[in-house]
Amino acid sequence: MSTSTVPADNSFQLSQLWRDARYRSYTIQIIALIVALSVVMMLIGNAVENLEALGKDFNFGFLYEPAGYDIGQMLVEYSSASGHWKAALVGLLNTLLVAFLACVTATIIGVFVGVLRLSNNWVVSRLMAVYIEGVRNVPLLLQILAWYAVFIHVFPTPKQAVKAPVIEGAVYATNRGFYVPGLTFDGGYQIVVAVLLASIGGIFVFRRWARQRQEATGQILPVGYISLGILIVPAVLAYFASGMPIGLDYPVAGRFNLKGGLKVGTPLIALWFALSIYSAAFVAEIVRAGIMAISKGQTEAAYALGLRPQRTMSLVVLPQSLRIIIPPMISNYLNITKNSSLAIAVGYMDLTGTLGGITLNQTGREMECMLLLMATYLLISLSISAVMNFYNESVKLKGR
Amino acid sequence: MSENNFAFVSTSEKPQLPPPQGTTGAIGWVRENLFSSPLNTILTLLSIFAVYSTVPGVVNWAFVDSVWNANSLDECRALTENGACWAVIRERYHQFLFGFYPSELYWRPILAFVLLFLALVPALWDGMPKRGTALMASMAYPFVAFWLIWGGFGLEPVSSTKLGGLLLTMIIGVSGISFSLPIGIVLALSRSSNLPIVKSLAVIFIEFIRGVPLITLLFVAHVLLNYFLPKGVNFDIVLRVVIMVTFFASAYMAEVIRGGLAALPKGQYEAADALGLSYWQSMRLIILPQALKISIPGIVNTFIGLFKDTTLVLIIGLMDPLGLVAPTLADQRWNGIFVELYAFIAFMFFIFCFAMSRYSMYLERKLHTGHR
Repeated sequence: MSTSTVPADNSFQLSQLWRDARYRSYTIQIIALIVALSVVMMLIGNAVENLEALGKDFNFGFLYEPAGYDIGQMLVEYSSASGHWKAALVGLLNTLLVAFLACVTATIIGVFVGVLRLSNNWVVSRLMAVYIEGVRNVPLLLQILAWYAVFIHVFPTPKQAVKAPVIEGAVYATNRGFYVPGLTFDGGYQIVVAVLLASIGGIFVFRRWARQRQEATGQILPVGYISLGILIVPAVLAYFASGMPIGLDYPVAGRFNLKGGLKVGTPLIALWFALSIYSAAFVAEIVRAGIMAISKGQTEAAYALGLRPQRTMSLVVLPQSLRIIIPPMISNYLNITKNSSLAIAVGYMDLTGTLGGITLNQTGREMECMLLLMATYLLISLSISAVMNFYNESVKLKGR
Repeated sequence: MSENNFAFVSTSEKPQLPPPQGTTGAIGWVRENLFSSPLNTILTLLSIFAVYSTVPGVVNWAFVDSVWNANSLDECRALTENGACWAVIRERYHQFLFGFYPSELYWRPILAFVLLFLALVPALWDGMPKRGTALMASMAYPFVAFWLIWGGFGLEPVSSTKLGGLLLTMIIGVSGISFSLPIGIVLALSRSSNLPIVKSLAVIFIEFIRGVPLITLLFVAHVLLNYFLPKGVNFDIVLRVVIMVTFFASAYMAEVIRGGLAALPKGQYEAADALGLSYWQSMRLIILPQALKISIPGIVNTFIGLFKDTTLVLIIGLMDPLGLVAPTLADQRWNGIFVELYAFIAFMFFIFCFAMSRYSMYLERKLHTGHR
């Protein structure tokens, strides 16, 4: 005999809000929402009140006032007469520059170290373990400061460096930075750049065509050499055809200092160096974990099918381990970008140094500066995570 | 066929010959591991050369030629040309440990430090007798430590501006670590719950915190927090920093734990439901113990990251060990002695972080039960 489980009395009681699973989730959510909203309202209310009490308003007009300070390292035209917004832009580009450079070098060093760490060679693998443990367990800020101090003390002053150049007339290493030949662009350089970009697009088209041809006919083209040819030949032809618009600007030794060329300041070098060395240890661990996660059966199965070790690596192991390696790798790149904000400790003018540093101190607009600063970093982070999510979706194991 | 066709017939099994020389023992190991191919040989020789050219020099510099007794860098250099001048550490170690804490009150932070280990025993040693009571006692530790370090209630009060050195690192690190784990668990559960509003609140908090560098949060603590507090309310700067560092670490912690929650097979959740356990019962008894076990490496990595990140407070002017380098260098007598100072501080951090990572590996091995 079965009885109905529906209670006869359907009238709503207040206690059901908490005791009945149907209503409890609404109760909890509404309480959470009310609490969160009231905290936010309280914070905003306090901020408005406090700003009023101090006689400060909230507007971003200060961004157009002249900044009044110089920046050592910049990618776009900037002078102290430019607006604060321009200083912030220079800072943003500097942040992206050092983050990009550090990501590239950290990846290269890290992959090498990660592979060597897995090597059967006991000495090499121990040595890499010492490097990884030593670097990972020491604060990054300490490493940045230490490298900066080392660079300042080890390299000679510009005056002495002129007498002992790394390459006479081209490369000078000084304690203020490295002087290397810079590029100069005359009229017509756009043609060369456009041709170069078009060649890169052409390479992709060619590779696709070559692959289709191989699948259809079985014939293999020397893709590498042809790609290299497509990359170089048209660009060189365009370079000479348009009258050699891109030249080199060599540093020249003056009486007290070096002039011309491209100056890569010591703060940038120290920051780049420290970020690369530090992050490479993390990259190495990611690579190691990725390779180790592929079960040995995969390699053995590939050998059983008659694939050579190199093909096994590139066709079987690597595609699978990349699925494991790429997500932590991208979040590591994100960490590098965020860690580049430590630039402020060595005086490299990144976004934190300009917008969150000198601009903030000069204008006294803490609220606006910090909001902009955080929003910019948030935007960078969110776009990198969007790329990561997109990638994750595309390589995810398809459940069948 | 006659038997005489064979010159020799063995009637018993021959004893096994030993393996050829050079494939066993030390020589075999060396051949197998160090010189198995030309590339391997080159790598081995390069590594040995690298070790040979650095290690003796460093040992010489740090131990053999180093100077412990001197009053200034010049005196050091007069005694030895290329040895470390540890005299500066000898003279100022108390600063690197306690900052500008009054020296007659050093017993208070030391006592707090010893009590920290006593409080950690029940948390780390699961075979301890009467563990429950001991854990309760450990809960009281933060209040006792706060009282010991800042004073009040019968002890002479010490202001936050006097705190510094390793003491400051430990205050920020330990409180960040102990508060970020529970907050992180709550955030992770909220983010993986099926209540849309709770979930989105957690997502907003986590993604915001993870999207900005810690240094901007410290700036907020330094210059902006006063705006958001009611008039007249003023937090201590160390407390503000601790709050921000805790928020920062708990967002990362939440993501690590969420990974553990997602890695559990769905059957575990369903089994808990089938047993008729309530949400909190199933979390406490079935889900969290397994999820936390999976996430141990990530959790400890977050702890290590937090401990290292405490150095960032030097940028807002607090005197952590790294922040004490500049005042030391500003002293006429010790001008230019940066290598020794950085090496000492790096060593200090290395010990703590390395110990933490070893403990996590031990824990991983101990809790590894053969299945996820």
